[in-house]
Amino acid sequence: MSVQLTPILTKFWDAPESWSLKTYEDNEGYQALKQAFGMSQTALVDMAKDSGLRGRGGAGFPTGLKWSFLPPPDGGPRYLVVNADESEPGTCKDIPLMMAAPHFLIEGVAITSFAIGCNHAFIYVRGEVVHVYRRLLHAVEEAYAAGFLGKNILGSGFDLEVTVHAGAGAYICGEETALLDSLEGRRGQPRLKPPFPAVAGLYARPTVVNNVESIASIPPILLHGADWFKDMGTDKSTGFGIFSLSGHVKRPGQFEAPLGITLRELLDMAGGMRDPQHPLKFWTPGGSSTPLFTDEHLDVPLDFEAVAAAGSMLGTRALQIFDDTTCVVRATERWTDFYKHESCGKCTPCREGTWWLAQILERLEHGQGDEQDIEKLVDICDNILGRSFCALGDGATSPITSSVEYFRDEYLEHLRLGRCPFDRDASTVFATGSATASSDVKEPASA
Amino acid sequence: MSAGDFATAGAQASGHFTVTQESKAPYPDDVLARLHADADAVIARYPQPRSALLPLLHLVQSVDGYVSGRGIAFCAERLDLETAEVSGVATFYTQYKRHPNGEYTVGVCTNTLCAIMGGDAIWDAVSDHLGVGHDETTPDGRITLERVECNAACDYAPVVMANWEFFDNQTIESTTALVDNLRAGKAVRPTRGADTVATFKEVSRVLAGFDDGRANEGVGAGDASLVGLRLAHRRGWTAPGSADEVREEHQPETPSSTAATSPGPGEVPVDSERRTGSTDSPSNEPDEHPADATVSTPAATKTTETEKGGTA
Repeated sequence: MSVQLTPILTKFWDAPESWSLKTYEDNEGYQALKQAFGMSQTALVDMAKDSGLRGRGGAGFPTGLKWSFLPPPDGGPRYLVVNADESEPGTCKDIPLMMAAPHFLIEGVAITSFAIGCNHAFIYVRGEVVHVYRRLLHAVEEAYAAGFLGKNILGSGFDLEVTVHAGAGAYICGEETALLDSLEGRRGQPRLKPPFPAVAGLYARPTVVNNVESIASIPPILLHGADWFKDMGTDKSTGFGIFSLSGHVKRPGQFEAPLGITLRELLDMAGGMRDPQHPLKFWTPGGSSTPLFTDEHLDVPLDFEAVAAAGSMLGTRALQIFDDTTCVVRATERWTDFYKHESCGKCTPCREGTWWLAQILERLEHGQGDEQDIEKLVDICDNILGRSFCALGDGATSPITSSVEYFRDEYLEHLRLGRCPFDRDASTVFATGSATASSDVKEPASA
Repeated sequence: MSAGDFATAGAQASGHFTVTQESKAPYPDDVLARLHADADAVIARYPQPRSALLPLLHLVQSVDGYVSGRGIAFCAERLDLETAEVSGVATFYTQYKRHPNGEYTVGVCTNTLCAIMGGDAIWDAVSDHLGVGHDETTPDGRITLERVECNAACDYAPVVMANWEFFDNQTIESTTALVDNLRAGKAVRPTRGADTVATFKEVSRVLAGFDDGRANEGVGAGDASLVGLRLAHRRGWTAPGSADEVREEHQPETPSSTAATSPGPGEVPVDSERRTGSTDSPSNEPDEHPADATVSTPAATKTTETEKGGTA
């Protein structure tokens, strides 16, 4: 195999007390920050641009470009807000990163804040992960004590305050403008753009909102250079990223690799499907909001361009893998329930549309309704897509339209039988005879 | 909190944010004084006071066990808002409870991936076992059961959260044991989290931004988080330009804080039921692994050692 994993952000997750400042400093920690203070702000923004780093939170917007959109300083405050509200179904990279190595993020916050002229940064972490919140509070405290945060950091004259803020359970707050409303103490509802946060963000001041992994990638990029980063990945999707494999694979987990790796290669590293008798049926390349792929797409390079060309989105590299024991209608129905539950209610197409979609899908999963319901689903999706403030509604349509595209016959089979044709027990990890439930799940692949 | 409180709460647990008269009873002076001192600290973290609303609502839950009427009035007073504005925010977020919560929130992930991997079966069994449904509390006031959405631990599916600590790779048996132990007042150890599960009120205080000093407890990463890294170690893969040698896998060190809070003799740690543990976890170190556990970790450890021998 030519493709190799590139442990960078995951490099010392197995160290004892991996989360401590000491462990981080033993692994080049805070050296990049020292280097940053010897550079101009423009040079730092240029470095981020030159690296080609694209937002790791799903949308893939170039990080350096986002920084450069801030208007010139006017003497008032400018903010950095880290989006640590990881909630997209299937996405599970930022939470382990912050639990195992929170200082990557803290150092990235310090460098980015210096680059954009921010003196008060916020980390908005979802409230449902209390131990991650503890680790972040602790890391910030350690960084203050060591002089990496606070007043006159390392004698640079630069001041930075960091507030770690816990959310309270709302998927929509992962949307950057909803996150800002939430951080301002309001219901987390998206704002109309423009103005973009770069112009009018937190407290209507210029604000950069970046994903955890994007910001955590900044220290290694600064330390090793934009070219080092660009040498990994593909032309327009440079660098490395954490790929999260879950579901019916032998060894689910986190795999840090150059962008452009394929699912076939990742599956091989994960030991293959959990049971060779049950082949891959469908998967998400980047969370539930990215259209489903099937076994036809095993060799699609997982970078922004190739995944888009194949009809989906790279998203958060949340690869949820389902074998042929799984009912795609049931999966889609459950995701739709999620979007219905999490729709913030601001925009009518999403609020009402997800409600109707959920009801129709429930009918179909139970073999009720008729073939016209399938057309109605697609039609409602068409009326939601692109017609709301944010991408939640768009995301809700992804599993539906893609599952109808690839598995229309399975929807029809439900109607023909008047019930779901699948045994739901067969898809569980503790299914009788399931390979995953026995100890061989942990055997390594042949080296 | 007595069982009677829950009966009252259950009777009015509608979808609406109804506020009972008891819920509006003023705070005792000492409680109010502490709340004000804490609120001062929270508000001081932000450039604008209203940003303190979410943490203040967590703070109210740390005192009342839910978002009480008097808590809403307190937030409104501190932030110069209308009570309706505070209620509007409180009702938006699922972690804010509209009626007295149990001492432990047990959340079974029933989003698609966990549901398919067994979360639905776990939910059915545990709901049946406890005799309560979503957002309902057992009569003893110990457990509020919830269906939760994706909690960012899909590589550990099926996942159950207890007061927002991770219980990974769950089975019907392990989750049933978890809730039984919580009801019996026995210490339970999250797979990835603090050494024991704090109460709902204690966790709410942490979420309000008050560190409980437990960040150094627990593992850095669980097994699934390390799958790729361990493979890279075995195959000698490093990032380009890295001068690193292929490192030996770190041996876990036992943090001193864990001894005091481990389950006592005669108590079965809940995680012994789990299929996979965290090899970094003190309770799951290979040589300390419960003999009866039908877990896969020993096999993993063995093969890892073989691999190390091979690369040495």
